[in-house]
Amino acid sequence: MVAVTIWGSLRRFTDGKSPVDVDATNFKELLDRLSEEYPGLKPQIERGVSLALDGRIYREAWFTKIGPDSEVILMPYMAGG
Amino acid sequence: MALDNTPKRVFKVVGTRPPRPDGIDKVTGRALYGADVSAPGMLTAHILRSPHAHAEIVSIDTSAAEALSGVKAVVTAKDFAPQDDDFLMDVLDNCMARDKVLYDGHAVVAVAATNSAIAKAALKLIKVTYKALPHVTDVDAAMTLDAPVVQEGRSLETVPEGMSQNVTSHCEFGHGDLDAGFQKADVVVERSFTTAATHQGYIEPHACLASMTADGKADLWCCTQGQYNVRDLCSAALGMEGSQLRVTASEIGGGFGGKTTVFIEPVALALSRKAGRPVKIVMSRDEVFRATGPTVSSSIDVKIGMTRDGRITAGEAHLRYSGGAFPCGTVDMGAQAAFAAYDLQAVRTLGYNALTNRPKEAAYRAPGAPQAIYAVESVVDELCQQLGLDPLEVRLKNAARKGTRSSYGPTFEDIGLVATLEAAKAHPHYSAPLAEGQGRGLSAGFWFNFGGNTCVTLNVNTDGTVGVTEGNPDIGGSRAAISQMAAEELGIPYDKIRTIIADTSALGHNDVTDGSRVTFSVGLATIKAAQDAIAKMCSRAAQIWGIDEEAVVWKDGAAEPAGPNAGKFPPMSLAEIAAVSFNTGGPIAGHHEFNADGAGVSFGVHLVDVEVDKETGATKVLRYTVFQDAGKAVHPSYVEGQMQGGAVQGIGWALNEEYIYGEDGRLQNPGFLDYRVPVASDLPPIETVILEIPNPGHPYGVRGVGETPIVPPLAALSNAVSRAIGTRMSSLPMSPPRILKALSKG
Repeated sequence: MVAVTIWGSLRRFTDGKSPVDVDATNFKELLDRLSEEYPGLKPQIERGVSLALDGRIYREAWFTKIGPDSEVILMPYMAGG
Repeated sequence: MALDNTPKRVFKVVGTRPPRPDGIDKVTGRALYGADVSAPGMLTAHILRSPHAHAEIVSIDTSAAEALSGVKAVVTAKDFAPQDDDFLMDVLDNCMARDKVLYDGHAVVAVAATNSAIAKAALKLIKVTYKALPHVTDVDAAMTLDAPVVQEGRSLETVPEGMSQNVTSHCEFGHGDLDAGFQKADVVVERSFTTAATHQGYIEPHACLASMTADGKADLWCCTQGQYNVRDLCSAALGMEGSQLRVTASEIGGGFGGKTTVFIEPVALALSRKAGRPVKIVMSRDEVFRATGPTVSSSIDVKIGMTRDGRITAGEAHLRYSGGAFPCGTVDMGAQAAFAAYDLQAVRTLGYNALTNRPKEAAYRAPGAPQAIYAVESVVDELCQQLGLDPLEVRLKNAARKGTRSSYGPTFEDIGLVATLEAAKAHPHYSAPLAEGQGRGLSAGFWFNFGGNTCVTLNVNTDGTVGVTEGNPDIGGSRAAISQMAAEELGIPYDKIRTIIADTSALGHNDVTDGSRVTFSVGLATIKAAQDAIAKMCSRAAQIWGIDEEAVVWKDGAAEPAGPNAGKFPPMSLAEIAAVSFNTGGPIAGHHEFNADGAGVSFGVHLVDVEVDKETGATKVLRYTVFQDAGKAVHPSYVEGQMQGGAVQGIGWALNEEYIYGEDGRLQNPGFLDYRVPVASDLPPIETVILEIPNPGHPYGVRGVGETPIVPPLAALSNAVSRAIGTRMSSLPMSPPRILKALSKG
């Protein structure tokens, strides 16, 4: 299981919980499980999210491996100038 | 992309300052910008724009214009393909209003004619019937329940119930117990701030030439930060397949984020499709201001608690941004960046975006961060003043560092904030005496930096030279930096390499030039492409020598036997291997494509001294020093240029630049006479100090540098002015009338 930190305004879709535990070994599995277990998160995930894994931010990387002790933070999709 | 932990090396080319490859073309006027491209039979187009801030389009009659001799095509929103995707639909609706005009300057009809005068005359013959609607241009007013609704039904599921329909998104970040944190504080300061919308202020207006043939194939030349993005947006708008539209990026006279989308490009293509001839559009400066992307305007409340010895116990910020008449996610970045420079036990940021009758926001260097960090750094400075503490020591005491849980969630890896603060503390600027009436300001700044989708090809020519093909317009010296990294990796001189920017048909997809990503991502792809070519050259040498590939290594630009057991062969240089490549298997090229991650966040610290004329309210910037972590400065002159350019744009944002709207909701200052950017005579030399704390996600340690330098100037200037006049400023820009007003209040 991976503990995923959810940002504040999405916690009403996780019954106020953060982090939430999901069974995943990579980002795609993680996003799929989050959408299944917390359907309220699905619109945001479909619009786009970033994920921070052990301090490093990934914007799109389905098959990035996640270790069971990794720090995983769900973040909005980033845009720059 | 996996983390690359290649050990730091001694560089030969990276870190030097070779001549810029575009230098001669630009100083002799030969460089081709967006408006410089022409085609036989070309038409010229102009666009009719809304005179209203908010109105329903009742009818459009273009018959008289179409009947005018010389007019070859007229298009409205009906000439574009409707989109299922909200993001695409918003981009398209911004290019051409569909049912309502949403801001002063919103495009309504476009006309292509045999010359500019005829096209302009035709615009006057078009009859648009509007039904004017109430408008709102202020973000706080837009969030009230009785405000005019700019667009209905655009609120995301994240917006709390009971808010105005203009509120399109809401975000919240942070951790810890705020109440407990504030209770530990000896002093708590709460203050509200506003920042005006500002324009990116690029010198080159948007310009493009579109040519579509009867079989549906099209070419588009334009000034843009991302030709692939233009292709994708335009092909969707025109209902074309992407392969049938080739987009070529011109040289670019500034973008700063404002050229990461489209405004006129789909319009030119639609006109060309209708007319069957090439169509050119060049925006006027008035159009650039009225209809292309300013940054968000903002209204921000900040509350910070601090102990007597300077420890921050809690921080809270409420951010209200408006990205104009369309939903905008920039507040998410501001809310995450606001407290990023601090190691905090209790922190929370709340953000809201509200629709207003203003142009659609476009990104501007580190979008969302300058406003939020301005407000936070102003309150930190005020706390330092109240407690009699040194503002630099307080920042060092609270600075985020490796292992800090950031205010937006992730735990920081190696970061350079403390190093930049220490450098500022040790610099003579910080201890230089100030005269009466002068003030010194300080601010830290932060930006995330990104990687992204990237594709590079490296061709080894038979004469021993190398061509690198990359897909990102060069907006800050990337052709030089890419050539340097290719030279470094291949072990050949810089002047043996030429890097060019591909059109969309010549290379795979590359994300937009944004997020300070190009030197990092394209550089890394170039290094990998060079390694790919090196492997092939080692293989060719092994063939020639009759030994195993594994027994060959690459050193100083040549293949060598790996050791005495591999045989005694003199090294074969890249040129020698290339010269016989046709005999050993054919042309040699390296390629790499990936989605780069690991860009590494960036911090900077700015110091500024000012003097304020209390009779006129004018601020003179006396001295300015920028300290920034570049990871590794590939071409230090370009890095310094980014640092200086960001500081200058930030100075303009802090002191003078703003979108001014009248009671009628129309923009009052769409030109450089009334929208005042800094000019050389306004500025002192901007001194730069580059720190190099290697990014662990890049083999050379490179971090993006392009966006962070616009973040600190807003607060640095405000803190300096506030200290100089003895009154805390809380609204940007600090134009002379605002300073005089603040002085009159005491």
